Amino acid sequence: MPREDVKKLLRTKFMPHIWCPGCGHGIIMHSILRAISDLNIPQDKVCISSGIGCSSRMPGYIDACTLHTAHGRSLAFATGVKLANPELTIVNVMGDGDGTAIGGNHFIHACRRNIGITAVLMNNNIYGMTGGQASPTTPEGAFAATAPYGSIDPTFDICKLAAGAGATFVARATVANPIMCEQILKKAIEHQKKGFALVEIISFCHTQFGRKNKRSRPTDNIKFLKEHTVLKAQADKMTPEELEGKIVVGEFVNIENAREYTDRYNDVIERAQAQA
Amino acid sequence: MAQNEFWQGNKAIAMGAIAAGCRFFGGYPITPSTEVMEVMSEELPKLGGKFVQMEDEIGGIAATLGASIAGKKAMTASSGPGISLKQELLGYGYIAEIPMVLADIQRGGPSTGLPTKVSQADVMQAKWGTHGDHATIAYAPCSIPECYSLTIKAFNMAERFRQPVLVMADEVIGHMREKITIPEAGSFEVIDRKKPTVSPEEFVPYRADADDVPPMPAFGDGYRWHVTGLTTTEWGFPTNDAPDIDLKANRIIRKVERFRDEIVEYREDFMEDAEIVVISYGSVSRSSLRAIRELREQGVKVGHFRPITLWPFPDKEIAEISKRVKHIIVPELNAGQMVLEVERAVKGNCEVHRKNLINGELYKPAEIMSFIKEVA
Repeated sequence: MPREDVKKLLRTKFMPHIWCPGCGHGIIMHSILRAISDLNIPQDKVCISSGIGCSSRMPGYIDACTLHTAHGRSLAFATGVKLANPELTIVNVMGDGDGTAIGGNHFIHACRRNIGITAVLMNNNIYGMTGGQASPTTPEGAFAATAPYGSIDPTFDICKLAAGAGATFVARATVANPIMCEQILKKAIEHQKKGFALVEIISFCHTQFGRKNKRSRPTDNIKFLKEHTVLKAQADKMTPEELEGKIVVGEFVNIENAREYTDRYNDVIERAQAQA
Repeated sequence: MAQNEFWQGNKAIAMGAIAAGCRFFGGYPITPSTEVMEVMSEELPKLGGKFVQMEDEIGGIAATLGASIAGKKAMTASSGPGISLKQELLGYGYIAEIPMVLADIQRGGPSTGLPTKVSQADVMQAKWGTHGDHATIAYAPCSIPECYSLTIKAFNMAERFRQPVLVMADEVIGHMREKITIPEAGSFEVIDRKKPTVSPEEFVPYRADADDVPPMPAFGDGYRWHVTGLTTTEWGFPTNDAPDIDLKANRIIRKVERFRDEIVEYREDFMEDAEIVVISYGSVSRSSLRAIRELREQGVKVGHFRPITLWPFPDKEIAEISKRVKHIIVPELNAGQMVLEVERAVKGNCEVHRKNLINGELYKPAEIMSFIKEVA
């Protein structure tokens, strides 16, 4: 059940939602709502944007300015929204395929610009809505509708990708720890004044990924996440061999003195007007 | 004081956009449209507007749509392959009813084709390029002053009908330089999108007024609403019910079609007693007119009809002409696109002659003269 104070942020008339019973995505939505509520951001000034996929149906359920775009394009839309109205707080939700395959180019360039958007990448290692095809984060050896003999494609480390591309806040959590999700999201939303924040939240898809990979119940997945999660502080002391197959959670990048893109564009306006 | 300038077509498109109130441009460089974005990068910040060079063509139109949703008049520009890449999100603009202008400076294709050569390759792509049904509004300027004035009109129509509108110049028009007298601000109409008049509590995002166009608040205005590329009910949420789909799908076509007579623009020259009519648009119309003037001096009864709106197509007007002339000649810089619409309008009333050039060159007036002489 949602916390009492976040109920005003829900469009209950648009429910029931499309997520399968037990899906991890609901935990992420609730964490986002708690973060927005705790930060007291007026809901008229919140924009939730998304692409296409299970993750990306989330904006429909949130009572704010919501934008369900085309597959992979949410960050490019959100870039236009933010430039047009920098006062808006933008939480951009996307899935692993949406954000790093079809939308991979927009993802790295939103990081590079350091535009004030909080991107939540809901990683369930699969294309859930279209029936369980392999995504760029499907683990090597895992089975998928398009990897019936096991995937041979190496996977992306999304946090490293974001950090390498220039995001000034990068963190990871899993749905097995909703409190940590909420705490990281709060920091990531506040970071928007300084630039682009990427939060990867490891979710799960028991119906598509799990069914083919011996994790068909939601509880199997929560148990898996708990058993494989390592805090960054611990991970820093571990060898690469020890970290094999582990999910490192925590804050990887947090550049406090970063300058946000729309703020920097004001310099362009100043220079142009001074020359005119 | 009206001011004279010697501008390139692409610059006139950018400056027309600014005169219409455009304050956002998101784009990606591609020949021969690039000068539109270069001028925007220079001019917009002077007015507090925003320019962003996106990572690709799709990003360019996505940012443009996003900025429009957040309340700015917004534009992107492209050519050839870039127009193809933008098609999915052009469709998004139609279904989610987002005003924006797309300047299409046409070049030769298919694919990378002829980046620096002229073509009129996108007449049908503009109408049928995105999947699904919608009404297209597209202007084809034939001069630098028209690049300016028709871009203003394109913004006005985009705002009025809440949808993307195209300005379809071609490489020659985009890169040509010509004298333009800049109209003074206030001497031309500027239309802004309708805002809701009801309170946020009473607001139904896609409930249309009597003109079939719903009012549109901006994100951040105090109205909370949902924008999606899915087919929705008037509440803006997805639907799979045939009657709801029917309402939405037909309204976005009807909202333009019922005002067809107000939108359609064309120009006629030497048409009063014409027995032969050349129908051409964009850069070709300039060669046609030159040819027609010379032949008129020789006593040939030939006139010119120029569609200014390629879409909606001036079919009724051409149908009328076809009843009183013997020959219609349609020279185009493609393998035959608008001629299909002409033939549809003419319905066999007179002979229609297709003339097509796809080698990247312009029609010379002498070539068009020879087409006319063939049938005279």
